[in-house]
Amino acid sequence: MPEILKKEEDISLQLSTFRKQIKALEGKISLLENSRKDQLSIAIVSGDMDKILAAMVISLAAAAMDTRVKLFFSFWSLSALRDRNKKAAGKNFISKMFGIMLPRGKGKLKLSKMNMAGMGSMMIKSLMKKQGVMSLEQMFGQAAELGIEITVCEMSMNLMGFKKEEMIDYPDLRYAGAATFVADAGESSIQLFI
Amino acid sequence: MTQEELISLHVTKAVDARGTACPGPLLEAKKAIGTIKSGDIMEVLSADEGTKVDIPKWCAKQGHEYLGTIEGSGYFRIFMKKH
Repeated sequence: MPEILKKEEDISLQLSTFRKQIKALEGKISLLENSRKDQLSIAIVSGDMDKILAAMVISLAAAAMDTRVKLFFSFWSLSALRDRNKKAAGKNFISKMFGIMLPRGKGKLKLSKMNMAGMGSMMIKSLMKKQGVMSLEQMFGQAAELGIEITVCEMSMNLMGFKKEEMIDYPDLRYAGAATFVADAGESSIQLFI
Repeated sequence: MTQEELISLHVTKAVDARGTACPGPLLEAKKAIGTIKSGDIMEVLSADEGTKVDIPKWCAKQGHEYLGTIEGSGYFRIFMKKH
């Protein structure tokens, strides 16, 4: 009799160790499942034509490789998202000044080097056309088609006095804050900043 | 694959991406590969030196089999088999 009791005790002890081990494994698996995805996150802060170009080329290459792409546009880069045909009413003086001083849309961006009052960017654009490099306009079109997500930093938009009404029509455009970038970047296997 | 083997392949889809620079050929390859069946052969024509290096990497990522490249006059013929 005591023999059997001891055996039962052994078995229940073993069972509880198994349960603990399974619990630990479950925790590890959920960690693995929640780890980084095949996803690219770029924080785009610069509004220079060459830098936006670089970000878009990398994004499109990633999308062609079925990597999910999430772009976070902030500060000067917002100029690239302005629609040159749209205007927003009800701006104060400073916002109006910002609106006038900053490029109205991706077609008006300046080069970070050798801009030469617009001559440089004109030359680059004609070279790009000649060599079959997509224009920024075409790249945004492709990005939309490939489901590349664009998040606009709400804070910098308010800071510069831009309004949602003057932003481009883009299928996957959303407005959010820095925490959205942190969350997106945290689950991405590639994170870039330009 | 040898150059002769590549030339004698039965190509289901040929994508002429000679008019576009990086990342155009990749995007065209992505679009075109969706139109063929698994096991079919696709060929990408590109004048872009970078594409010659990029397509094998694209294939590896997407699970397609990169078969080889023929260097033509002024352009490359890049062959792959759909996964």
